[in-house]
Amino acid sequence: MGECALWGGRIFGLVAPGYAMAKVAAAHIVGDKSERFIGADMSTKLKLMGVDVASIGDAHGNTPGSQSYAYNDDVSQVYKRLVVSDDGKKLLGAVLVGDAEAYGGLLQMMLNSIDLPENPEALILPVLDGEAVPGLGVDSLPDSAVICSCYEVTKGQLQAAVEGGATDMAMIKAETQASTGCGGCAALTKQVVDAELANLGYEVKTDICEHFAYSRKELADIIRVTKIKTFDELLDSHGTGHGCEICKPTAGSILASYWNEYVLKDEHIALQDTNDIYLGNMQKDGTYSVVPRVAGGEITPEKLIVLGEVAKEFDLYTKVTGGQRIDLFGAQLHELPLIWKKLVDAGFETGHAYGKSVRTVKSCVGSTWCRYGVDDSVGLAIEIEDRYKGLRSPHKLKFAVSGCTRECAEAQSKDVGIIATENGWNLYVCGNGGMRPRHTDLLAKDLDKETLIKYIDRFLMFYVRTADRLQRTSVWLENLEGGLTYLKQVVIEDSLGLADELEAEMASNIGNYQCEWKTTIESPEKLKRFSHFINSDQPDSSLAYVVERDQRRPARPEERNDNQIETVELVD
Amino acid sequence: MNWTTVCKQEDLTSGTGLCALHNYEQVAIFYCGRTESLYAISNYDPIGNAYVLSRGLMGSVGEEPVMISPLYKQRYNLETGVCLDDEETKIKTYDVRIENGEVQLAA
Repeated sequence: MGECALWGGRIFGLVAPGYAMAKVAAAHIVGDKSERFIGADMSTKLKLMGVDVASIGDAHGNTPGSQSYAYNDDVSQVYKRLVVSDDGKKLLGAVLVGDAEAYGGLLQMMLNSIDLPENPEALILPVLDGEAVPGLGVDSLPDSAVICSCYEVTKGQLQAAVEGGATDMAMIKAETQASTGCGGCAALTKQVVDAELANLGYEVKTDICEHFAYSRKELADIIRVTKIKTFDELLDSHGTGHGCEICKPTAGSILASYWNEYVLKDEHIALQDTNDIYLGNMQKDGTYSVVPRVAGGEITPEKLIVLGEVAKEFDLYTKVTGGQRIDLFGAQLHELPLIWKKLVDAGFETGHAYGKSVRTVKSCVGSTWCRYGVDDSVGLAIEIEDRYKGLRSPHKLKFAVSGCTRECAEAQSKDVGIIATENGWNLYVCGNGGMRPRHTDLLAKDLDKETLIKYIDRFLMFYVRTADRLQRTSVWLENLEGGLTYLKQVVIEDSLGLADELEAEMASNIGNYQCEWKTTIESPEKLKRFSHFINSDQPDSSLAYVVERDQRRPARPEERNDNQIETVELVD
Repeated sequence: MNWTTVCKQEDLTSGTGLCALHNYEQVAIFYCGRTESLYAISNYDPIGNAYVLSRGLMGSVGEEPVMISPLYKQRYNLETGVCLDDEETKIKTYDVRIENGEVQLAA
C-alpha cells in the first residue's frame, strides 16, 4: 500500500489516507474534478513487533495550552497518555502502548468532540475488580461518527446495514467493508451492530438447528435432568423432523457424556458422524487412520514392534502424531476389524482419535529420568489419561503434564495442563494450539493429587454441561460470563453448589467406560458393517496409491489418469 | 421392471446407509425406520471424489429427506439426488424396494 501523491510535502504511511487519495484520483480519472484530498486523520492502531500501539489525533500535545495525563507501568510494559484541551473538557489526542483496548472509544471521543468525563484519568488507568469500565456507550455517538476510518464507514451506515438485514459481523463486513482494513474498529463495530440489533428487537437466536429450538446447553440440561437415553426420545419430546448433521452428533455426544453407552448400539449408531460411525478417522479417499491409545506417550519396545508389524502387514502409511502416538493410515473398511483384533490382542485400546473426546495426555519424561524433573509427570499423565480416556465432550480435549517449570510437555497450550512444582501440581486450563492459539490460565496452584483430580473432574463436567457445540475450552472460557474468576468460584469454591453433582457425573461416565473396538470385534453383527459392499467381498476398486519416501500415499488425480505411473497393489 | 436382490431387510439399520455392488456400479442404500422409507443413490461423492456416500448421516431439511456427505458435509436430497448446497450437482438415484424381506434394486 503506497500513497498516490506526495501531499503537502507529507507522507502519511497509513491505509486510510491512502484509500482517500485513491478515491480522489479515481474520481479525477473519470472526469469528476469536484473531489479533493484535504488531508486525513492520522489516528491509527497497529501491532509493532508484537506490541499493540495506537496514536490518536494530537498525540504529541502540539496544541497550544494542551495538558496531558500519563500512566506508565514498567512491569507490564504499558504506557498510556491522554492529551486534553486547555480547559480540560475535550480530548485532543492519545498514545497507547502495550494495551490499545481503549483505542476505539477514545478515537470516537476525539473525532466527535464528546465531553470528557469528570475524571479523564480513569480512561487510561487499569480497571480493578468490581469497578465499572469507563468509556463511552455507543449510544452516545452521533450517527455521523466514523467507526471504520479505513473505509470511512459511519455509525449511521452500520445501523442502516443492520436494518437492511445484515445481522452478523460477516454480513456487515460484506455489506459495508467496515473492519476489513486494519481491523482496529472490529470491537466497536460489533458494539454498534449489537446495540442496533437490540434496538430493533432482534433476539439473538441460539437454536442449534431447525429440528430443535434449543441451544446445546439447553439440550444437555434436558437430557441430564429428564434422563433421556436416546435421540428418538429426544426428538419425539422436544424436536421436529428427522434430525440433521448438526443435532444428531450433538445429541450423540451429550448422551455419551452422561450415559456413556456403546456408541454403535442400534439406537445410537445413526447419530455418529463420519469418524465415530466406523471408529476411525476418514481420510480424503474414504480410507481410515488407526490410532491406538499410548497413554502418556509411554510405550514398551514390544508394543512398538506390534504397531510396526501391523503397519507392515497392512501396508499402512505410518506417522508419529503431535500427541505422542502412532497414526496408521490407509486402512480400508474391511481391514479395520482385522487390524484392531491384532492390536487388542496385543493389549492396545482404542485411542478415540475419531471422537470429539479426550484424546491424549502428553508428558515429558519427568523426575524419573530427567536431571531437572521435580515430580513424576509420566506417572501422572498415564493415571489421568486412564481416568478420562474416551470422555465425549462438546469438542476434543487435549491434556499435558510437565515435570517441572521448563514445561517440555507444553502443558500451557492444552485444554488441561498440569505442571509439577516443589509444593505439588499447578493446574492450568483452557489453552489451545491450532487455528487460534491461546495460552492457558492458572486455575489453582500447589495442589495435592487428590484435589487436582477433583478439580479436573468438576472443570470437565462443567464444560460438558455449559459449552456450545464444537466449542473448545479456550473459546468457552472467553465467552463464559465472569470469565476465569467465575470458573474458579465454580470449580474451587463450589459457588453453585454443583461440585458433588459434577463429580458424580464424572464417576458415572468413568464407570461405564469400554474400549469400543474390543466391544465391536466381539460382536459379529456389528462387524457386518465393516465391509465396503454388503453383497460382495470386493474392496473399493477406485483406490489408487503411489509410493513416496518408501511409503504409499493416495494417488493424485493427475497421477491416476496417467497410465505410465505404476500404482501400488493393495493388500487384500 | 427387473429387480435384483442385494441384501436382506435385516441388514438395514435405521438412520444409516450401506453400499451394494450393482451392475458394476456402487449404490448407497439408506433406510429411515421412523418413516419406513428406503432410498438408493450413487455411492460416489462428486465433490470429495471418493466412493463414500453410504457412510454419511441421514436427516431432513424441511420436508426433504437428505443424506450428508461424510467428507465435506454437502447435503443431497435422497429422492432426487440434487445437492442442496450446490444445485448444479446432482447424483444418480436408483429404484429400490423391499420384497419378501429382501432389499432389491431395479436392474
